[in-house]
Amino acid sequence: MTNREIILGRIREALKVSAPHPVFHTGATEQPLFTAAPQKWLPPVGQTPGEQIDLFRQNAEALKAEFRACANMNEALQHVKKLAAVGGWKKIGRHRGELTDAVVRELGLVEVQTDHGYAVDDLESCDAGLTECEALVAQTGSVMVSAPSAGGRALSVLPPHHVVLARRNQLVSDLGAALQRVQEKFKDKFPSFMSFISGPSRTGDIERILVLGAHGPKKLTILLLP
Amino acid sequence: MNVYAKEFNESARRYTADLHHRDLIHKALSGYYAKRDEFKNRFQSWSGARDLAAEIKWEAINHLDRYLDEFVSKLEARGTKVFWAPDAQAARDYIVGVARQHQVRAVIKSKSMTAEEIHLNDALEKAGFEIAESDLGEYIVQLREEPPYHLVFPAMHLTRQQISDLFHDKLGSEPTNNPEDLTMVARRVMRRKYCKAEMGISGANFAIAETGMISITENEGNARLTTSLPKIHVALVGIEKVLPRLSDLALFLPMLATAGAGQSITCYNTLYGGPRQPGEPDGPEEFHVVLLDNRRTELLADAEQRDALHCIRCGACLNVCPIFKNVGGHSYGTTYQGPIGSVITPHLRGLQDWKHLSQASSLCGACTEACPVKINLHHHLLHNRRNAVRAHPTLLEKLIQFGFVRMMCHPALYQFAASVGRLAQPLQRWLGGTILDPVRAWAKTRSFPPLAKKSFRELWRERKAS
Amino acid sequence: MSIVHVLERLGHTVDYPEAQTCCGQPPFNTGYWDEARVVAERQMAIFRDAETVVLASGSCATMVRVFYPELFHRHPREAEARALAAKTFEFSDFLVNRLGVLDVGARFPGRVTFHDGCHGLRELGSKKAPRQLLQHVKGLELVEMTEAETCCGFGGTFAVKFPMISTAMGEVKCASITGTGADYVVSNDSSCLMQIRGVLDRQGKSTKTLHLAEVLAQT
Repeated sequence: MTNREIILGRIREALKVSAPHPVFHTGATEQPLFTAAPQKWLPPVGQTPGEQIDLFRQNAEALKAEFRACANMNEALQHVKKLAAVGGWKKIGRHRGELTDAVVRELGLVEVQTDHGYAVDDLESCDAGLTECEALVAQTGSVMVSAPSAGGRALSVLPPHHVVLARRNQLVSDLGAALQRVQEKFKDKFPSFMSFISGPSRTGDIERILVLGAHGPKKLTILLLP
Repeated sequence: MNVYAKEFNESARRYTADLHHRDLIHKALSGYYAKRDEFKNRFQSWSGARDLAAEIKWEAINHLDRYLDEFVSKLEARGTKVFWAPDAQAARDYIVGVARQHQVRAVIKSKSMTAEEIHLNDALEKAGFEIAESDLGEYIVQLREEPPYHLVFPAMHLTRQQISDLFHDKLGSEPTNNPEDLTMVARRVMRRKYCKAEMGISGANFAIAETGMISITENEGNARLTTSLPKIHVALVGIEKVLPRLSDLALFLPMLATAGAGQSITCYNTLYGGPRQPGEPDGPEEFHVVLLDNRRTELLADAEQRDALHCIRCGACLNVCPIFKNVGGHSYGTTYQGPIGSVITPHLRGLQDWKHLSQASSLCGACTEACPVKINLHHHLLHNRRNAVRAHPTLLEKLIQFGFVRMMCHPALYQFAASVGRLAQPLQRWLGGTILDPVRAWAKTRSFPPLAKKSFRELWRERKAS
Repeated sequence: MSIVHVLERLGHTVDYPEAQTCCGQPPFNTGYWDEARVVAERQMAIFRDAETVVLASGSCATMVRVFYPELFHRHPREAEARALAAKTFEFSDFLVNRLGVLDVGARFPGRVTFHDGCHGLRELGSKKAPRQLLQHVKGLELVEMTEAETCCGFGGTFAVKFPMISTAMGEVKCASITGTGADYVVSNDSSCLMQIRGVLDRQGKSTKTLHLAEVLAQT
């Protein structure tokens, strides 16, 4: 018997006796109870796009991320230039993309492009990582990234400052909507890595006191383009 | 009394008398309570969310064979190697085998209680591999050579001073009182290790059947680094971690964060569905998922307590348990602490050896109230007590219970006992707290209330007569 | 006796079957369910014809209301257990939720803080009722302690099996109580009061303990 057969055998034997069903709050429904949509229990999300941008900003800033709605690409570029000047950036990690290409054009920094692989030490010594994303989630103030949309797994977590470029039409109401979006986009061919990023990295492990910049980025900047 | 129960009592005695510990834990948790309540209140209905979460886990666990098969076939379709581990030894052997096969030297690990459970670090060290804990709290307790204090906050019992001393001692860092500086020490140490390690080991918070992915929740980013840079990623996943659908995370991620850490959402919630896919710039060449049984199927077979497998390891029950807060996480002497630990450890490690954890409870029910998936925790402690007694009644206790029943079935006996008690009161006061005191367990630390001069029965009779 | 006085003041007839002894919670909690069943069956017989059963203690009321059905699950006398469970009430729950009475005509000047016995609070869902009753007592000032819902540490045999933990919990509870500056701590569970009294006395604190019914009986 294979291990799989052993374990599945144990499970099937155990499940011969049924366990009491939990009571579902809102009473009888037609569909199986566990498929009910959670939206009505979760925190509310704004109805209009305007409300959602506000909610995203509020939540992202509460998580100590920097958020800026930019009128155009030039405004985004100027802001990144400022960050680079203030941060004394010399080297920036990034991937190729419509938005990232436009922003790095005038930065004049050494670039580590991750698209076709990279040397770990090169990426590790970058001052910032510039990526696009899959979605922005209003309900939580999160950025959803994936390997294809953010230049792989490490680019958005290894350099100490992560800068995200997103478009308005990438803003979704909640986590459920973000997950649905990627399910529709990738169908069965998912990337091997997707992540919800909610603020700069942090820890509460010392006396449960919040410290930013544990292992991941200490700073997160989200720039929203029209 | 077995050795585990003895050790529990000794440890509990030490910690309950330690007022510094009591104070530190109280401080650490007050911030959590406030934040937890703030984010719970943002839910349109926390109670509705709990009901749905309970329902989803019920579905997953009660159809576990189906969902596990779906999970595995989806994983394998994208090149993940899946190993079904019937027990801890099998899991350890497999993981050590993978490390050997790939001539790994250094292993980096992100937080996994399951890995604690199977003593994986020990096995890897004995096999000659260097293994580093990347999670700050786990790294701290690893340096101190002690087990994690709490499921979610492994170093909760330490002050910054103690951590500073530890780092100074073991790493030669400058002493500092600043939590940020201490964190930066660990950050610098870990960064080298991520970049050099050949193998990264993680746990998983959830196993998504529908899409064949594991989901890892963390704040620090160490799990993301552990699973991005090394060329091998091994994830150790308890079979009970299954959720049916990707969309279920929309409910579970916020609930886990709120109940477990008093956050609206944890900093990184990452989905891993395979090794590096064609066209991806980085990621492991090989992704292994080790599915662990290790007696979870025994808990599954106990239909009355099966819902204990719904646990999402949030730690909310620990955070509200007055026993946990007073005896501390280390007193439990086993991987899973607090109420959930007391419920499941008898199933995972033996009822007679671990029933004392179920006995060391006032059954206040705060745990059940706090559980985001509505596990009937405190009632399961009662069930464990009953099961322990049925399997192994002790003669002395049986006699005492027999005596109790006889007394309660014969009011005359009951009243006689009560009047003896009343008469003996002055004697008890005189003997109070000494070896001869029959109520010494109480009277050593608390005064004994004077029994009423007249029992209710006597007052009632007097009233009737007049 | 206080419960009797209050109920009679409200115009009800109170009977006390003298044959009764105990609800069976001690053996139940220690895992001796067969023994608990013997004691419970006796109680069930005694109260079979009662219209309503009122209890002073949240933990005893819980035993009957919540645990008798479980104790007799799939047992020939399950229906009887459920019937008794349905007509048994803890005192404050009975007054407020069954009789709809908030003001029992009591007077008790004093600064009072209320401790929620765990069984009453979590098994029976009783949080508001005791406080509503106390708020209607003339002259009484009700103050809330921090962590009112945290267990006092009694827990039945737990108190003597794990006295060090029980005492530590009692100390935490008493710190909350004395922190309010109240003259009295009131609860609807005598076991809690015994635990609290035991610790307060050892600490030499002057705060007095009273059962909810005793306060409500004062005129």
